[in-house]
Order: sequence, then structure tokens, then C-alpha cells
Amino acid sequence: MNHLSLIIKREYLTKVRNKAFIIMTFLSPIIMVAIITLVSYLSQLNNDTVNTIEVLDESGVFFNHFENSKTLKYKLINGVSLEDAKFASEKSNNYGLLYIPKKENIDQYANTITFYSEDSPSISIMRSIENSIEEKVNTLKLQEAGIDAKLIEKLRIKVDTNLETFAGEKTSKLGSGLKLAFGGIAGYLLFMFIIIYGNMIMRSVIEEKTSRIIEVLISSVKPIKLLLGKIFGTTLAGITQFTAWVIIMILLSSVVSTIFGIDTTAAQTPQQQELLQESGGSQQLISEIFLEINNLPMTNLVIMFLFFFIGGYLLYSSLYAAIGAAVDSETDTQQFMLPILMPLILGMYVGFFTVIENPHGTVSQVFSYIPLTSPVVMLMRIPFGVPLWQQILSLVILFATFIATVWFAAKIYRVGILMYGKKASYKEIIKWLKY
Amino acid sequence: MENLLVANNVSKHFGDFRALNNITIEVQKGSVFGLLGPNGAGKTTLLRIINQITMPDAGEIILDGKPLHPDDIKHIGYLPEERGLYKSMKVGEQCMYLAQLKGLSKSEAKERLRYWFKRLEIDGWWNKKVQELSKGMAQKIQFVVTVLHQPKLLIFDEPFSGFDPINANLIKDEILRLRDEGATIIFSTHRMESVEEMCDHIALIHKSNKILDGKLIDIKRAYKSNTFEVGLQPKNSENIENILKDKFNISSTSFKSINNELQYNIKIQEDDSVNDLVNYLTTLGQLTHFVEVIPSANDIFIETVKNN
Repeated sequence: MNHLSLIIKREYLTKVRNKAFIIMTFLSPIIMVAIITLVSYLSQLNNDTVNTIEVLDESGVFFNHFENSKTLKYKLINGVSLEDAKFASEKSNNYGLLYIPKKENIDQYANTITFYSEDSPSISIMRSIENSIEEKVNTLKLQEAGIDAKLIEKLRIKVDTNLETFAGEKTSKLGSGLKLAFGGIAGYLLFMFIIIYGNMIMRSVIEEKTSRIIEVLISSVKPIKLLLGKIFGTTLAGITQFTAWVIIMILLSSVVSTIFGIDTTAAQTPQQQELLQESGGSQQLISEIFLEINNLPMTNLVIMFLFFFIGGYLLYSSLYAAIGAAVDSETDTQQFMLPILMPLILGMYVGFFTVIENPHGTVSQVFSYIPLTSPVVMLMRIPFGVPLWQQILSLVILFATFIATVWFAAKIYRVGILMYGKKASYKEIIKWLKY
Repeated sequence: MENLLVANNVSKHFGDFRALNNITIEVQKGSVFGLLGPNGAGKTTLLRIINQITMPDAGEIILDGKPLHPDDIKHIGYLPEERGLYKSMKVGEQCMYLAQLKGLSKSEAKERLRYWFKRLEIDGWWNKKVQELSKGMAQKIQFVVTVLHQPKLLIFDEPFSGFDPINANLIKDEILRLRDEGATIIFSTHRMESVEEMCDHIALIHKSNKILDGKLIDIKRAYKSNTFEVGLQPKNSENIENILKDKFNISSTSFKSINNELQYNIKIQEDDSVNDLVNYLTTLGQLTHFVEVIPSANDIFIETVKNN
């Protein structure tokens, strides 16, 4: 059998048979599903509690304007003094007491209303109270000025821009969100993959050094083959684990949601819920999502995802392997980890801040060519439509850098694996390149 | 005798550090060649160059008449000084892996491993993990892996470290048996008694230069000082020392003996006859002990290194 395939096979089998690896493969998705379930359960629980707010409305203008919602109930109390109301409210289990004094001038309501509560009230509750009051005050002011509020409402027009590319593709804001989600997930996946399995490669290089088997090995195999075998073997193990995670997670979450009847999608942020309401119910949303997914450049996305994923991962893993060869134990790796993690984290930041703001701006473009950040940034840009030549150019740069890095890593590796008990500095490593 | 391996003017630098300076060695087919030298002399670098782990800056290595080729790894078995095994891998699996890397087929590897495991009485270990083994046991596995592919050149760097005397003997016998079966052996060690026992030929490297090279027996001849260890029971013990001092270069010595005798080291001139010395000594009394002082490998090593 060919050396390379022998090495890949060994690396793969040792990784996959490792007890810690097996445990993590099964435990991680269980923990993930457990956490998601717990969060959904808790947020359902949270949604079930009804907060009662007592309203002492001396003005008599506002109370009818407060609308009870699922989680918030307003209770009018009248004919008591503020002191008594406060005292009673404190004793009760109510969320708080809203005090509206009587004022001659409507403008004075702007800063004379007080909310009393046990501790600081939640921002969302305060916002809903303030919204109600503001609306009423505005209506009153309009009346005072002799303007018909209903007329204003009639005149108000809500603008919903239709988005369309020059190529005639219809897009929507929902589509933008989806693109962002696709790009974000792809970039984040790559980021996680690099960190988890890059570290694994580094550890396995260090293991060969500390167990002193390395010299036995490289008297039979070229170091570059060992290096490549290690990278490919670990990558295959990583893909196996990832696939297992996805399958287990899907199975588990379907099992959990049927058994416990917990809707795992209930763990949504208020923004998502708003979006849901805006697009008129979940049924319509789902069909719209499918439409948008169909509109995404799917083939391009999948193919490029594979290429950038492989390229980016290989690039980083060869750096990780070089670090492993340069040090004697894992504790010595810190000083070399930072320059690797920096561009990776930078890529994530650029991806999540700049690309979202302006997918085709200068910063986004530049970072999607720099090889250390391009996998993450380009993966986030592609859903927004990047010309093919740009994607290919970026890929060419990426793979050219990968080849250069492997050459460079192999040099460090070749020298480093035979240096025992030496704590390498950057200066030392530069010297090794000349050996 | 034909040379199996020749290193011609091999030099190697690491940055500013000169690890090997114009080293030339010739290893005869079927011999045991001792590569000696103090720590940091450059022995391991030379061995790594022979194994193509490191490339020389200058010079060349000739194996069996041809310049060294990457494929030659299957003709060389190397047991490095810094050696180990994958700790969490099973013994049998690990041996199979290393054997296959050396180019053996699966069935060949299995068959030969069975043979060697039986031979070294380790056949019960096939399914054990390396971390369960003692150091000596792991060394046996490493030895097996080194010789398994029946290379014509075997290189051992400190092969006996970590072995108890019984196992060291066992390995020594195996090495000599392999030589008798036709393998050529390069042997690097600090243990001079094993050099004495095993090596036909030695080279001494010191501070990246070769300072001594040749057949062990020739080197010993060259280093002998015409000194003899003498035990004498004189007829008249008075003044005997002065009498001897007048005629020879003597120094006192001590060796184990059942007799109550005077013990001296007597050095004679190179062209003086040994017979004359013996005859003269017998005239002084009863000669109970007469042995030529042969320099040990240890003495030669220390003396040469000190003088350089």
C-alpha cells in the first residue's frame, strides 16, 4: 500500500477509535439538544407568566388606552392616594404600579409619569407602556391642534420597497436575512472546524514528538508525506464527527419535540417573532423562505463552500502542524497560536460587521482576497452574489498560499520534529527555514 | 573486502554551527562498525544523513556502489537513540503499520512479526497497548521493527539503553547473528565494553571531525605502549626497585593475585626484546605474572578525545 494512504488510514483510525473522540461525538449533540430544549422550555415558561401592573390614573385619560396582552395585564385602581397605592402594590405580587398624575397641559405628561416596582422593570415592558402613553398623548395633541387623527392614519403610507437585481432576480429583505444566515453559518462552521481539528492535528504532531516515534517514522517516510497524511487523516475524522453530529442532532431534536412536545424553534428572539408577524404568519413565511432559498445561487454556494472550506481548512491546518513541530508540549503553543487566531477572528469580525453592512464594499472585497481571511469572508459574501471571476481569483490565491504554506510548514516540521527539549522562538524558526 | 557504505567528505552546517566537517568513513560488508564520540560530536547527524532524514551540505553517501537513493530506505534499518512508539496503539497493529511503511506487504509483515515475537518471547503482547509495557519491553518491539524488513545495513544508536543485562545480552546475540547472516552493522554507543566485544572497525568523531578510524585491532596495536604488567617475588627484595629503575621505565600498579609479590608496570623501548626482559626478570627472582598492557577501547577513547 502506498505510504500516504497508510498514514491517512492510521491517523483516521486512531482518531476515530479514541475514547474521548467517541464520547465527544455522542455527547456534544446530546448536550446541544439538551441546552436548546432547556432554553425553549424556559422561554415558554417565561412567556406563560402574566405580569399585572396596577395603574393609578388620576388624569382618567389613559387607562382605556392600555391593552392587555398575553403576558401583561393592567388593573385600574381609583380613589386611593398614591401613598396607599404604593403600599398596597408593594405588598401584592404585582409587577409594579404606574402612576399618572392629573395635569392641565398635555405636554407635561412627557416627564411626570412614574413607574414604581420592586426592582428595575424589564425594558420590553417599559417600552410597551411608553408606547401606549405616547400614542394617546400624540392623539390628544393632534385633537388639540384641531387635526383629525383618523385622517392622519389614513394619509400615512407604509413603503415596502421591492428589491430586484439588474439580472431581474427578485429579492427581498427576508432574502437578505437568509443570505446572511447562509453566509454566517458557512463562515462560522469553517471557523469552528479549523479551531477544533487544527488543534487536533497540532496535538497529534506533538504526540509523535513526545513519544519519540517521529525519528523511527521519518527514516521510512518523507516528512511531507507524514504531514499531509496527518492533515488528511484528521480532516476525514473531523468530517466523520461533524456528519455524526448533524445526524444525531436531527434525530434527537425530532425525538425530543415529539416526546416532550417542546417546540425547539420557540427559542426565538423578539426580532425573529416580529419578522414572523410582519410577514403574516408562519405558514406564509415558510413558503417565502423556500422561495428565497430557491432564489439563492445554490449550486455556486455549495461548490464554493466546498472549495473554500477545504482550502481554508488545509491552509490553517498546515500552520497548526508547523506549530506542533516547533514546540515540545502543548503548553508552549500559546505564543504561536495568537498569530493564527488573529486573522481567523478578524475574518469573523469583518464577516459579521462589514459584509452585513455592505457585502461588496472595499473592505469586504479586500478581505475576501487575503488568503487567511478569504475563506470566512468570501463564504459570507457569496450568497449576496459575487462575480465568478472574483471567486476564482480568491480561490487561486488561497490555494497558492496553501501550497506555499505547506512548503514552509514542511520545512519547520522537518527540522522541528527532531529538536527535542528546545523551546523554539520565532528567531529560531526563521533559522530553521535555512537549514 | 567490499564496502557496503561509504561516506565521502560529508559536511553539514546548522546555521553557524558546524555539525560535521569533511567526514569520510568506509563500512565493510558484513562487519560491525563502531561510530564513537563524545556527546554532541555529530554522530547522530551522520546517522541521520545516512538515513536521508537530513541532507548533507557537501559530500555524498554511497550504498552498495551507488549514490544513496530515496528507495534505499528499504535497505536500511535504523534504531535511533531518541526512539519511541505510539503509546495508545496496540503492539501488533503498530508493528504492522511500521513494517508496511518499510514496504512489506501485509502478509509478509505478519509472518515475520510472528517469527520475531516468538524468537524474543514476546508473543503474548500482540494485543497489548504500548503504554502497558515496560521500557525494556518497548525496546524489544523497537528492535524487532528495525530488523523486520531484513535490511542489508542496520544502524543502531545506543541499542542497549533501557535493557537489563539479560535482555542486553539477548539483543547483542541477535545483532551478531544478523551480522553472521550477512547484514552490515553500524553501531553508535558510549558503552565501551560493547564496542570491545562487538566492533571490528571503529571511527571516532570529536567536535565534528573524525579523529580516529580503523580496525579496532590495528588501533589497539598503534596505541600499545610496550608496557608489561609484572609480578615478581625477588630473591633479594632490597634495592630491587632501584635496580629496575636504572634499567627500565617503571611505575607501580596493582592487580589481583594470590601471591604476595611486588607489582610493577614496566615499559620497554620499541626495539627491545620482550624475551630479554623476561629472561632478565627471572634472574631477579620468581616471575609470577607477566601480561602485556593492551589499551582498552575506553582508554583509547579518553586519550584521543583529550589530546584533541
